[in-house]
Amino acid sequence: MNRLIQNEMMKLIAKKRLVVIALIIGVLVILFTYAQYKQVETQREKLGTSDWRTTLQQQIVDTTNRLSSSRISDEWKKQLQISLQQQQYYLDHDINPSEPGAPTFIRIFLESSIDLFIPLMVMVIASDLVSSEHSLGSIKLLLTRPVKRWKVLLSKYITLCLAISLIIAIAGVLSYLISGVVFGYKGWGAPILTGFNVTDTGLNTSEVKLLSQWKFLLMDFGLVWFVAIVVGTLSFMLSVLIRSTAAGMGVMLAALISGAILNNMVSSWESAKYFFMVNLRLTDYMKGTAPPIEGMNLSFSMMVLIIWWIAALVVSFIAFTKKDVY
Amino acid sequence: MEKKITLAVKNLKKVIGKREIIKGLTFDLREGEVFGFLGPNGAGKTTTIRMLVGLIKPTAGSIRICDYNVEEQFQEAMNNLGCIVENPELYPYLSGYNNLLHFARMIDGIGEERIKEVTELVGLSDRIHDKVKTYSLGMRQRLGIAQALLGRPKVLILDEPTNGLDPAGIREMRQFIRFLAEEEGLSVLVSSHLLSEIQLLCDRVAIISRGTIVRIDTVQQLLANRERVVWRISPLEKGKQVLSSFTSIEEMEDGTLLTEFDEQKTPEWNKQLVKAGVSVTEIYRKMPVLEDLFLELTGGDTIE
Repeated sequence: MNRLIQNEMMKLIAKKRLVVIALIIGVLVILFTYAQYKQVETQREKLGTSDWRTTLQQQIVDTTNRLSSSRISDEWKKQLQISLQQQQYYLDHDINPSEPGAPTFIRIFLESSIDLFIPLMVMVIASDLVSSEHSLGSIKLLLTRPVKRWKVLLSKYITLCLAISLIIAIAGVLSYLISGVVFGYKGWGAPILTGFNVTDTGLNTSEVKLLSQWKFLLMDFGLVWFVAIVVGTLSFMLSVLIRSTAAGMGVMLAALISGAILNNMVSSWESAKYFFMVNLRLTDYMKGTAPPIEGMNLSFSMMVLIIWWIAALVVSFIAFTKKDVY
Repeated sequence: MEKKITLAVKNLKKVIGKREIIKGLTFDLREGEVFGFLGPNGAGKTTTIRMLVGLIKPTAGSIRICDYNVEEQFQEAMNNLGCIVENPELYPYLSGYNNLLHFARMIDGIGEERIKEVTELVGLSDRIHDKVKTYSLGMRQRLGIAQALLGRPKVLILDEPTNGLDPAGIREMRQFIRFLAEEEGLSVLVSSHLLSEIQLLCDRVAIISRGTIVRIDTVQQLLANRERVVWRISPLEKGKQVLSSFTSIEEMEDGTLLTEFDEQKTPEWNKQLVKAGVSVTEIYRKMPVLEDLFLELTGGDTIE
């Protein structure tokens, strides 16, 4: 099996797909960094030239004053305490809250690329892993070796998983290195609010807590990786079923884009929540954004994705081992 | 003593949709023999070959390679088989060496030494580290053979091995295949739609038409009494007179004469022509074309 994976890796590297993907990510990160930089600049102009430390200190004093007041509710008090902690952290660690460091940039980048950009990059690799062997004709050589068909497919699938992990690692490293040039490399320990729960009665903040940025990022990376694996597996299945790479890519692209559109308009169509493509924005649950359809939460979305993932795997393996090759 | 049977096909059938593409083929290949698979395009050659190598599942019948059933003991059967189905479609973006490495990794116990061996055998040592996309068709064909030989197979299946090669390349390929059969004792199955090629290359031939084997025979038997001699002589009328006293003649449109071919008699007729003062500009043997052979064997049932 190891040797088969070596083979697939050799082909993947020779095709230079990963280099292209790294380049695309690099260019996009540069673009986003510049956009972010512009945004920060405008904000600074609005706020005036005064030192941000004094402003922050003033805010902390304000918050402390409000906390000592007896008229506010417990819930509100808790929220204020959290924001106080946050502000104190910024002051202690000399971080300008309106100027994000590289870790913050990574977080924003991951959150906004989880449903389209990262899946797209994954698709570039996954969608031609099997179908290219068909269009090249090399499938005939591949399947006439003394190796069972399911092993050939498994080696391709493992290679895909490795490539996906690599893509996400590249995205992380590149966005850290490039954005750090502009925003600085600090901010791993910055506190992030999480634990919001959107329930029927509204926003439930009872479990809200502060998490260090690096912990939060780790969770974000995990979710992005999970989404990428599911999307990769689905395109992998299409690559097995449809012999043309372009057609497979087209179908997957249509599904992803329809997911982005559906997200904005399916709130009244409840059964749409079983589509995989409306469940891709897993990181939103961490931020506490309201889900597109009522009743969706992190574990529900993950369950839906896992079911799609298993189905895609089963279909791929059955089709690949049973199909006549012409 | 009879030589060992390396490939045994029994009552092989394939139905696609409602159409029966292959209608029950039975044939054997023996050690050290080159077996021709002759038929027009669309006769079912490629479908049969794809079943032999395990790419297509047969609807009925059995295929045994060195006594291993291709369907049930796929790995063992494939260990004894090397093949090129249609063109050798190797990875153009890899070097020849990496292509061989790729396929060697898929066979147990095949290392770099064997790669070097087969590279030398097909004469590609100079260019083996170049990318395959820079290779000529003949080199790709040779790399394809190298790839097929990697696992030291007992049976080699080549689908149209001379397709697209120039005359020198065809000759080289032919010699190479004969070498493999005679010196290395491989059984080679070669498919072709060209009778002339099969005739020069093979020991035995199966003629296949519309999914059935019309006839299996040795090449000599198949072509016996079917060769013709073409004569270009002048003056024509006098030559005709002389020749027709020996055999029946047929006058062609381009002013040549066609007679039967006979190892002993043909030179004698030539002598007589010269004696009678007829100058002979050209004599050559002519192969029956596949279509003619088909007409004869199948009684009018030609290429679909």
